[in-house]
Amino acid sequence: MGNKKVIHAEGLTKMFGDFTAVNAITFDVAKGEIFGFLGANGAGKTTAMKMLIGISAPTSGKATVAGFDVCTQAEDIKKNIGYMSQKFALYDDLTVKENITFFGGIYGLSRKKIKEKSEILIQELGLAKVANQLVGALPLGWKQKISFSVSLLHEPKIVFLDEPTGGVDPITRRQFWEMIYKAAHQGTTVFVTTHYMDEAEYCDRVSIMVNGKIEALDTPKKLKEQFKAATMNDVFLKLARG
Amino acid sequence: MSLHISNISKSYKNVKALEGISFAVKEGELFGLIGPDGAGKTTLFRILTTLLFADQGNATVAGFDVVRDYKNIRNSVGYMPGKFSLYQDLTVEENLQFFATIFGTTIEENYDLIKDIYVQIEPFKDRRAGKLSGGMKQKLALCCALIHKPKVLFLDEPTTGVDPVSRKEFWEMLKRLQKKGITILVSTPYMDEAALCDRIALLQDGKILEIDTPNAIVKHYPKPIYNVRANNMYQLITSLNAYEPNHSVYPFGDFVHYTDSRADFNPDALRAYLESNNLSNIVIELTEATIEDTFMELAK
Repeated sequence: MGNKKVIHAEGLTKMFGDFTAVNAITFDVAKGEIFGFLGANGAGKTTAMKMLIGISAPTSGKATVAGFDVCTQAEDIKKNIGYMSQKFALYDDLTVKENITFFGGIYGLSRKKIKEKSEILIQELGLAKVANQLVGALPLGWKQKISFSVSLLHEPKIVFLDEPTGGVDPITRRQFWEMIYKAAHQGTTVFVTTHYMDEAEYCDRVSIMVNGKIEALDTPKKLKEQFKAATMNDVFLKLARG
Repeated sequence: MSLHISNISKSYKNVKALEGISFAVKEGELFGLIGPDGAGKTTLFRILTTLLFADQGNATVAGFDVVRDYKNIRNSVGYMPGKFSLYQDLTVEENLQFFATIFGTTIEENYDLIKDIYVQIEPFKDRRAGKLSGGMKQKLALCCALIHKPKVLFLDEPTTGVDPVSRKEFWEMLKRLQKKGITILVSTPYMDEAALCDRIALLQDGKILEIDTPNAIVKHYPKPIYNVRANNMYQLITSLNAYEPNHSVYPFGDFVHYTDSRADFNPDALRAYLESNNLSNIVIELTEATIEDTFMELAK
């Protein structure tokens, strides 16, 4: 892991009226790092993530993502990151192949590149049999694996994953994490939110947001020492309950 | 028996959602249906709450047949579906009043049952349900499902997408309801919640893999499990996957759970193999199976 910072946030703040959703958060994420972004529902994770991916302007503070400023270069950020959410992943009424072609096109890949990439992706995920099936007919776990691969099509520097494994069966959940490890190993930075605390242990570093602020940020090992807890679940319960 | 399910099957076109499901839930029991998305949990809930006909088999809820006595069942059960299904345009109080009226009762009559939960959302009683946070919606939905004092409570994935703190609080609420004599059937994809049930059924692809108490299920795990750790998680997983005698390799927190296919497995041989793959700080120690280990072994 290099020391190069691919995300740098400083005093990043978002207010809705007089409600402070994200309260002056400051942190860095290094190249190739798996960074876990945790917090209770309503703690401000999604709002913070929206600012980092360039679809919501901060009220104050600053941040650079992949070297671009979130306030002034949002379009450049979008080209240099991948994004996958649990709610919206792929088009259910397109086939696996059509989805890959569509997203490849959106990310501006050439036809030749798209063809090449879809062949690799379909082979790696063992999808040959279902390549021409509608995505809507596939199990959730498969969809999430395809969706993750699609978010990496344009070889982004960073990929943002918003609760990628919610409701997925335990075996697929682990296969998904093996894909995350592989991507990180190849130098992609992974920024991930999850409610599974065992997954928090898989991250290189973890931040925990409470009421809009980052209340803890360290490796899982050090967080467990700091909070005298046996697991990340205990760390989370101690912190988020105040 | 509060719930009696016998050989229930249901298909949608060529997808078998449920195949020959049979089990019983005792009165006052907290019973968990544990399985991932697509296992058939919601289909079973819909059949038991009389919203869907099974293709085969029969079931009784609180002594009533799900087909013949559906009206009695609807008065005797509370159902909280996975999707938020209260009226978004009604306020918290209006929703509760609405459900009480539908069931021919009043909020006052059964207030005891919901008091613990309702006081947490009462400060927002004039807010429209659509404007509530996820955790508050969930509490309101539970109140509405309880307002007619049901004998059996059906909760379909009440904690999916909910953070660990709110999940813990929710399960504490369930335990209190159980003490008041309500039978609870709850589904969840979170294996750690299984341990909080009296008994569980592990469900995958429409079939029951196993039914027992959480403790017994864990004890049935067929092999010794080892916690393995090394300096690099990705290389460790790759190496273990490539290790031919492996039986299963699953990341578990900061360890990998490893089982070997040989009866005479010697951890030192594994250590030597990992060292030859340039891994260091290797830890290999026996550990105990979890519900999740059992689920994965059965689902394999």
